[in-house]
Amino acid sequence: MNNDRVLSASQRSGRLQVDAASKRFGHVTALSEVSLSVAAGEFVTILGPSGSGKTTLLKVIAGFETADFGRVLIDHADITELDPAQRNIGMVFQNYALFPHMSVARNVAYPLTMRGMPKADIATRVNQALDMVELGNLAERLPKQLSGGQQQRVALARATVFQPRLLLLDEPFGALDRKLREQMQIEVRRLQRRLGLTTLFITHDQEEALVMSDRIAVMDKGRVLQVGPPNEIYEAPANPFVADFIGESNMFAGMVEANGGNLVRVRLEQGPAIEVAGRADLSARPGQKVLVMVRPERFVDLAVDPNSARANRIDGRVTESAYIGVSDKYRVVTPEGIDVLIRLPSGPSHRRYSAGEPIAAGFHAADARLIAVQ
Amino acid sequence: MKWQGRQRGAGTGRILLRVACGLIFAFLMLPLLVLFPISFSSGSYLRFPPPGFSLKWYERYFNDSTWIDATYQSLQVGAATTVLALLIGIPLAFGLVRGRFRGRALIENGISAPIIVPHIVLSIAIYGLFSRLGLIGEWYGIAVAHTVLALPFVVIVLLSGLRDFDTSLELAARGLGAGPIDAARTVTLPILAPSVYSAAFLAFITSFDELVVAMFISGANMTLPKKMFDSIMSEIEPTVAAVSAMQIVLISALLLLGTWLRRPITAPLLR
Amino acid sequence: MTLTATTPAVANRSWLRPGPFALTLPALLLLTLLFMLPLLRLFSLSFEGGDFGWYEKALTGGLYTAILYRTFEIAGIVTFFSLIIGYPVAFLLATTTPIWRAIGFAFVMLPLWTSVLVRTYAWMVLLGRNGILNRVLIDSGMLDTPLSLLNSRLAVILGMIHVMLPFMILPIYSALMRIDPDLPKAARGLGASATRILTTIYLPLTLRGIIAGVTLVFVVSLGFYITPALLGGGKVMMFAMVIEQQVREFLAWNFAGALSVILLALTLMMFWLLNQGVARHLRD
Repeated sequence: MNNDRVLSASQRSGRLQVDAASKRFGHVTALSEVSLSVAAGEFVTILGPSGSGKTTLLKVIAGFETADFGRVLIDHADITELDPAQRNIGMVFQNYALFPHMSVARNVAYPLTMRGMPKADIATRVNQALDMVELGNLAERLPKQLSGGQQQRVALARATVFQPRLLLLDEPFGALDRKLREQMQIEVRRLQRRLGLTTLFITHDQEEALVMSDRIAVMDKGRVLQVGPPNEIYEAPANPFVADFIGESNMFAGMVEANGGNLVRVRLEQGPAIEVAGRADLSARPGQKVLVMVRPERFVDLAVDPNSARANRIDGRVTESAYIGVSDKYRVVTPEGIDVLIRLPSGPSHRRYSAGEPIAAGFHAADARLIAVQ
Repeated sequence: MKWQGRQRGAGTGRILLRVACGLIFAFLMLPLLVLFPISFSSGSYLRFPPPGFSLKWYERYFNDSTWIDATYQSLQVGAATTVLALLIGIPLAFGLVRGRFRGRALIENGISAPIIVPHIVLSIAIYGLFSRLGLIGEWYGIAVAHTVLALPFVVIVLLSGLRDFDTSLELAARGLGAGPIDAARTVTLPILAPSVYSAAFLAFITSFDELVVAMFISGANMTLPKKMFDSIMSEIEPTVAAVSAMQIVLISALLLLGTWLRRPITAPLLR
Repeated sequence: MTLTATTPAVANRSWLRPGPFALTLPALLLLTLLFMLPLLRLFSLSFEGGDFGWYEKALTGGLYTAILYRTFEIAGIVTFFSLIIGYPVAFLLATTTPIWRAIGFAFVMLPLWTSVLVRTYAWMVLLGRNGILNRVLIDSGMLDTPLSLLNSRLAVILGMIHVMLPFMILPIYSALMRIDPDLPKAARGLGASATRILTTIYLPLTLRGIIAGVTLVFVVSLGFYITPALLGGGKVMMFAMVIEQQVREFLAWNFAGALSVILLALTLMMFWLLNQGVARHLRD
């Protein structure tokens, strides 16, 4: 009867749409005209620092808060005012919120009990759900007898056993150690794909967001700043905040000197000029103030590779160096006083620099991204 | 560094502490233990050591209708106080913890007022009011007065229990499809039960043991403490010792029951 | 990509929830009728005649003020010794193994749950001329005639300490339990001796608990009736006994009212003083 592998989008998972949701708590604006849409079966991550409003957004979607303005729709049905109990949305809380006085099995059975399902059916479904998260043998244990990772999986089982249209996860991996977290990331994604569940995932960990998502929505101070697939968010951040929040970046302030369409020359504050790739969606007029973002890993050590056609070159002195295993990180200061963060691959075929040494590095114009200054 | 010395110093300090506390515990328990041999004494005076073994003081208690009536009165009043204190206290605690309204902090601080006001002052104040209203001697009057005294304790215990309560559990229950009543029934109340039991226990004890208010307003229908007080003042025979001994046994049994059932009656107090 | 909002924004939905306040109403009603009202009535009785006559009577002539002073004295002594005795007990309970802690707690809780009357009576038995203490002292040959321990200040103080001790121990215990267990270890590692750890780590961090215990014990001791009445035998008058006497024996409601107001005012003042003391100290 219930084959989890058969996906029928209209039956199972819903299309989520948030229209211009706004919410204030007293003087604090938690959400400011937030709009978002998630396609059926899609995994979207809401990424942002604490206080960005992402948890509030989640609560508004789940129904634990009501937006002051705006709407929430699932499959085009307006659920904005609907009681959380009737929204058919599965949610995994940050602290799992497992009922401490109930066994694992009763916890997972809870939503089915509330829906008045016959006992025999409940038992079957619960077993299925527990098997899917590989906890079948722990059904009679109490939550406090389980490890963090196991509690997590119970929370997942409980949130999905009643075949919700939408799954919400509120920073679920915060309490887990790194290895376990990476494991859970894979497991959750696998489960989600198998069930074809539309999923909204909240986190402040940008690496997690990049790894897990179909699309990422970056939030700050109650606004959605950018939505897009991970590589777009990473390579083409729309504004300084996004650029800075995702990964590390160098942000150089300067003024447009000349715009040749494909190449734009920017004169940095500190003096030197660099060539930056032009953007079709950004009209860089001479005299306009801009920011140029260059990711540290885009630099090339010119001592190792002097012939590479790099348009831009920096010569400076290493002030700090760090060995991170995968790469070497350097803080370089140029004679003009520009502070640059560089990452060079480490290994036998690459040179390692120590503090005080001179270094010459270059980067393509294509690796430099123009960001408008509002 | 005199590590050796410090280690040993810490050791003797610890031993001294233990000895001192042992003495203090003896100080705490000794008076209570003393009552038992007296209650079994065959002599009429508070003599130690008792001249012989006898159960007559216990017999005296069970055969005397005034003692039994007083006991019944105390039980009745105690039960009523407990129910009333919980009925009033539980909503109050929820309102204080979950609500956000002006004056909330004021009410929360003000709830302790009956504890701070000197017991005797409140007692005669209520006595004055009750005698005007003709409520002297009515068991429900005593119960209501006791509720005022018990309420702060009930609220303190419930507040700490509620504040420890993880509200995300309720949210989870609602999100999983439980209506507000179902969520309260299946999640909130079972988890809050220990606090409610503690609060109930406290309310009952407060009423059952209460003397000063009862002294004034229980009139002819004495409560047990009032009867005991009269007995102490008027006679030297140790029937009171028997009653006291029984009370101690009862309390010990309740405490043991509490720990055995793993309902830490005292834990919610320690905040 | 994000969907542009083609649907009109719905009207503002935020509204306050009046519910929670309503939950407090029964309690407020009870306290108004059976707490504020009786007290206000008593208060007004004390001003019968429209003047401070009863207050004058209470505060002049030295009789009642002497009793008041003695009451404060006894309350202070009881509080002091409760603290000295109670702190080590709380400390031991907080730092010992769970089993011993449970046992220790039984020793503290059982007296706490036993009624004040029973405990006071037990002291009467203990301290009487034929009581245990005297018996032991005489039988062991240390005394020839029994000490008259009852009906004395000493008896009252002993009895009150016995009653108040758990009230001092519990808040201090709570405060001790809230201390990060790594702190004393850190102090030890930094070279602090046991005494210094006590004075520089434990005492400051448990100050709130100490203040709570001291306030509670002192304030309750001021208005205490049962223990002084039984163990003092009329020779040791505490203020509560005076008030009781005025009402029961003399039916002097107005005077009793004035006395009550005085006691209440002083109690509140002490409460405020002790609490404010904390606030000021902690702010430093």
